[in-house]
Amino acid sequence: MNGRGNLVALGTIAHREVIRILRIWGQTLMPPAITMTLYFIIFGTLIGRRIGEMHGFSYMQYITPGLVMMSIITNSYGNMTSSFFGAKFGRYIEEMLVSPMPPWVILCGYLSGAMLRGLTVGTLVLGISLLFTHLQMHHIAITLLTAILTSIVFALAGFINAVFARKFDDIAIIPTFVLTPLTYLGGVFYSVDMLPSPWRQISHANPILYMVSAFREGMLGIGDIALLPSFAVMLGFVALLGATCIMLLRRGVGMRN
Amino acid sequence: MTQAPALVLRNLCKTYPNGVEALKDVSLEISAGDLFALLGPNGAGKSTLIGIVSSLVNGTGGDAEVFGISIHKHRSAAMAMIGIVPQEINLNQFEKPLDICVQQAGFYGIRRSVAQERAERYLRELKLWDKAELPARTLSGGMKRRLMIARSMMNEPRLLILDEPTAGVDIEIRRSMWKFVRAINRAGTTVILTTHYLEEAENLCRNIAIIDHGRIIENTDMRSLLMQLDMETFVMDCQADLEALPEVDEIQFRRIDKRSFEADLPCSLDLNRLFASLTAAGITVKSMRNKTNRLEELFMRLTGDTETMA
Repeated sequence: MNGRGNLVALGTIAHREVIRILRIWGQTLMPPAITMTLYFIIFGTLIGRRIGEMHGFSYMQYITPGLVMMSIITNSYGNMTSSFFGAKFGRYIEEMLVSPMPPWVILCGYLSGAMLRGLTVGTLVLGISLLFTHLQMHHIAITLLTAILTSIVFALAGFINAVFARKFDDIAIIPTFVLTPLTYLGGVFYSVDMLPSPWRQISHANPILYMVSAFREGMLGIGDIALLPSFAVMLGFVALLGATCIMLLRRGVGMRN
Repeated sequence: MTQAPALVLRNLCKTYPNGVEALKDVSLEISAGDLFALLGPNGAGKSTLIGIVSSLVNGTGGDAEVFGISIHKHRSAAMAMIGIVPQEINLNQFEKPLDICVQQAGFYGIRRSVAQERAERYLRELKLWDKAELPARTLSGGMKRRLMIARSMMNEPRLLILDEPTAGVDIEIRRSMWKFVRAINRAGTTVILTTHYLEEAENLCRNIAIIDHGRIIENTDMRSLLMQLDMETFVMDCQADLEALPEVDEIQFRRIDKRSFEADLPCSLDLNRLFASLTAAGITVKSMRNKTNRLEELFMRLTGDTETMA
């Protein structure tokens, strides 16, 4: 298939993903918005008032970048696992496997859907936060780039999860037992500087810390980790996970007999 | 210049991780423009073979070429020429038939405007246009099968593979599907059909291969295959009650009830001989039919299922 054909195919998968996200908006867009509103009310307004300032910002302002990141991570991951595993489970993944589409087109098509949902929910959460506090945008390019790279990393990770999943339980295990703890321990609600040794050093093994820190740097101009190592970690994960996904698709792991 | 065969299989092998050898060194050639039947008992390896050709199954040895293009070396170019209707329903049940078809075309790089026009044409031809905007889950089993055929035509394939397309479909819809298959074959599409309805294979196909235990045990044209049948059994219904059946050297008669009987007749013998003996015995035959489909008899014999034949 030529370049134009690949673009048409890519657009077809992306279009299907958009339709799917909008068709089940009650499952894809609504719940994260409600959950995050509750976070803002409980942690930001009720508890946050007693905590006071963090690095010169109100607690509500401090946790907003973390909560936006948390939404992007869980929704990018969740969209990829549910959509790709759904296609596998319903066997309509075969529509794509018998076609001349190269693996990268299939991957990018699903990636676009996962990113769309992750970034849309992230924007929604950012919008909701404005109902509770005022925000500044310190560096918009860093903010956007971090959001996009984080969405890609977790969409790719979700793809690998969906490839190996055999039942619906398998796509719930990683978010519950890995993703959620790592997110909570990744500096969403606190600065790692507050942690005693050795927990502060151990926290640096958590990749989510680098993403939350870079995003907070972009929005508020403060972060736990310098931008260079943060972007190195994100780009490293994109390359590693992307190559793994292409290899899995090429070999047909979990898809072809 | 001669046209490359539609499909060439060379020493195709497939051993599943549990050790089951589904295909053992299968070689086969199917000419362009053919309407070819691939038959075999359940578990013989038909779907594995089709799976390898359509890239849904990874083979463990050998190669396949579609119109001279290797599916391993030039997968994309080979797949662009194939349409596949799998045995199991593999539709997204939440999507509408029109969307399913248009998307399928998109996966082949076909622009949306062209895809819309093709989808309407094939959905109309397969009598699904009035269901085009309903979710696939609301369609009946027969409609879903026809939708899978319409979907497989979206890239206008040169080779269409139908894996038991009429399974569980009523006779009226089955006949309309036969008509469609004949029409696309006449228009130049090579068709490979697997089916459990041997009457379907006999009526539709010109050439046939029989696969059993992962090996091709017969590969010939339908006429030559049917000529291998040395004995046919006819069931006769008579006008009046039978008194005695005639005795003829080469024909064996068996009474079924008071007005019907069976006659085992060597294929070398013409039917005039049978009727002459019946006329001489004063028996008037009202109707006659083959006891079993001729291809079915041969199939049972070749695959070793003699019990069912008896």
